[in-house]
Amino acid sequence: MTASVKTLVNQPYKYGFVTDIEADSIARGLSEDVVRLISAKKNEPQFMLDFRLRAYRQWLNMTEPTWPHVHYPRIDYQDIVYYSAPKLEQKKQSLDEVDPKLLDTFEKLGIPLSEQKRLANVAVDAIFDSVSVATTFKEKLAAEGVVFCSISEAIREHPELVQKYLGSVVPTGDNYFAALNSAVFSDGSFVYIPKGVKCPMDLSTYFRINNGESGQFERTLIVAEESSSVTYLEGCTAPMFDTNQLHAAVVELVALDNAEIKYSTVQNWFAGDENGKGGIYNFVTKRGLCKGVNSKISWTQVETGSAITWKYPSCVLVGDNSVGEFYSVALTNNLQQADTGTKMVHIGKNTKSTIISKGISSGRSSNSYRGLVKMGPKAAGARNYSQCDSMLIGDSSQANTFPYIDVQNSTAKVEHEASTSKIGEDQLFYFSQRGISEEDAVSMIISGFCKDVFNELPMEFAVEADRLLSLKLEGSVG
Amino acid sequence: MSDVILSVRNLTANVDGTQILKGFNLEIKAGEIHAIMGPNGSGKSTFSKVLAGHPDYEVTGGEATFMGQNLLEMETDDRALAGLFLAFQYPVEIPGVTNLDFLKVAYNAHRKRKGLEELDAFDFEDLIGDKLEVVKMDAKFLNRSVNEGFSGGEKKRNEILQMALLEPKLAILDETDSGLDIDALKIVANGVNQLAKPDNATLMITHYQRLLNYVVPDVVHVMYDGRIITSGDKDLALDLENRGYDGVIEQYAAVGV
Repeated sequence: MTASVKTLVNQPYKYGFVTDIEADSIARGLSEDVVRLISAKKNEPQFMLDFRLRAYRQWLNMTEPTWPHVHYPRIDYQDIVYYSAPKLEQKKQSLDEVDPKLLDTFEKLGIPLSEQKRLANVAVDAIFDSVSVATTFKEKLAAEGVVFCSISEAIREHPELVQKYLGSVVPTGDNYFAALNSAVFSDGSFVYIPKGVKCPMDLSTYFRINNGESGQFERTLIVAEESSSVTYLEGCTAPMFDTNQLHAAVVELVALDNAEIKYSTVQNWFAGDENGKGGIYNFVTKRGLCKGVNSKISWTQVETGSAITWKYPSCVLVGDNSVGEFYSVALTNNLQQADTGTKMVHIGKNTKSTIISKGISSGRSSNSYRGLVKMGPKAAGARNYSQCDSMLIGDSSQANTFPYIDVQNSTAKVEHEASTSKIGEDQLFYFSQRGISEEDAVSMIISGFCKDVFNELPMEFAVEADRLLSLKLEGSVG
Repeated sequence: MSDVILSVRNLTANVDGTQILKGFNLEIKAGEIHAIMGPNGSGKSTFSKVLAGHPDYEVTGGEATFMGQNLLEMETDDRALAGLFLAFQYPVEIPGVTNLDFLKVAYNAHRKRKGLEELDAFDFEDLIGDKLEVVKMDAKFLNRSVNEGFSGGEKKRNEILQMALLEPKLAILDETDSGLDIDALKIVANGVNQLAKPDNATLMITHYQRLLNYVVPDVVHVMYDGRIITSGDKDLALDLENRGYDGVIEQYAAVGV
């Protein structure tokens, strides 16, 4: 074996800085009192406190899942800070009142929030340590009847909507991390698209973890009424700490008759250093409910960060003719571990789902695809197509595929294709014999491998994702 | 300025610890077409890969100078950018990367090395259109992944297309004739002849004399057991065809070099 394909160190993580800002944090540890304190700090109505307490009590009786193909030391849930917010005297009415340090932070991350510089076609909800610090274009969206705000604000301003839909897709006791999130979530984004409205611009949430001791628990809820549509983007970064931070978010999507939700994520949490020290534990529950007929939910994710990724953005296809899609690129390098995939649960007639998953493993990382396709007894004529491709770089990484298929209707059709490939030395030699450097070669091969997924991303995101992958792999072939 | 393009002296090389090249000598001047012939296992393909800088091959001694530079000290891509081109015996498939992108990135890497502006997509498509003519390839090949699902003949034509585009100083054709039917062979040979210029050189590595009917070499070398045992003009190739390798090897191998 020659040394031409081997793993070297990673490119330094560019978003690893810490913002020095005073935080309002509560003491470490979790108890019923802490749950009550969080709810009280946020002045929540009774139904929210009940929701949290129900979740907390369920959580107490649950055990942390051990089935994922990932390994990490036991998490001490009493050693985590469950509420940490940058100190704001009051909810800000305009961006001019937001602490300039926060505006600065987001500007450094490439997410300018100020009036003059904000992204032209994307409305942003910026979340800093679990608290929404600013939402852009709110008025413009409000003119169309679109509600885009932090979930805390939604609980105050639109309690009836929150009460109706929160937990309707991911119930409080759904799983260990979802229960924990339901008990302690501090903020997140809320979107409501009224009947018949095509959201005039893309909506986006940018999550930033800053505090080294706090966990991040956000809650996102998106409701698309009949015949409405929205495209939603999510980005994430965190500073470099040599300890691990827990990120346990819940995202719920609800699409009513003929509604369409497209949800894209580019996840670039700090992944730990090349020896696996530090990094985010990304234990996230994302699920969409295609409640109405002809509704459609599409998940696109580019997962490049986190020490450990555990997430399965899923679709529950209840409405007849509804469509679920999952497009994923998961890249792991160094000692990163990912166990990610999707669940497509077909309940209604003629429901359709597509799964395209691309896993890239480099370094000594482990990358698993885990997916469930379930055809319920009433899902006559339902169809699924799954394609799971893995690519290995170097000799020390691993790729696994765990597909689960459960068909209870004889007219349903499920297709599954899988492949594993390796960036071969002969391919790299071919490129370099034509004068193309190895790094460019790897990046071209990877982009080609991921093309089916990148095509699903909004333009700016696709460019960003492509660049991010090259950056992450820089120096991994040498 | 010397018109020597490639000069190889006493080159020795190993693969997996086994010596394959055992004191190889060769000089190629501008405007020349050379052919290296030899039986299977004589080290012909190894020689081409060593020149191109394949990481599996370890040079253990000797010298190689290309365009006045010490070739053995150059990285693989630097050798390519200096004008050394290898048409592969078995071109690899690269799924997901379109031929057009691949050609464009390679071409622009060469432009950049020469200090020229990179060509944009439009200018490049005009340029590649002309080059497709050389090997009579359909433009639809540009939008397919590099070599993926290409027939043997299409892969070889694609190699010559790249050669036409990159205009190397030295083109090494490694068994380019193998697996070609007569029509494809003519197209490939015709392409090679069109690309041969007074300021560049061609080195054909082949088992059979057949290709040499279409691309007529100035010098023919016979390779056996890791070195060249004799050289001559095109008649040597015909001699080989008539007597077979055994007869020729018997005559020259004993003499040594």
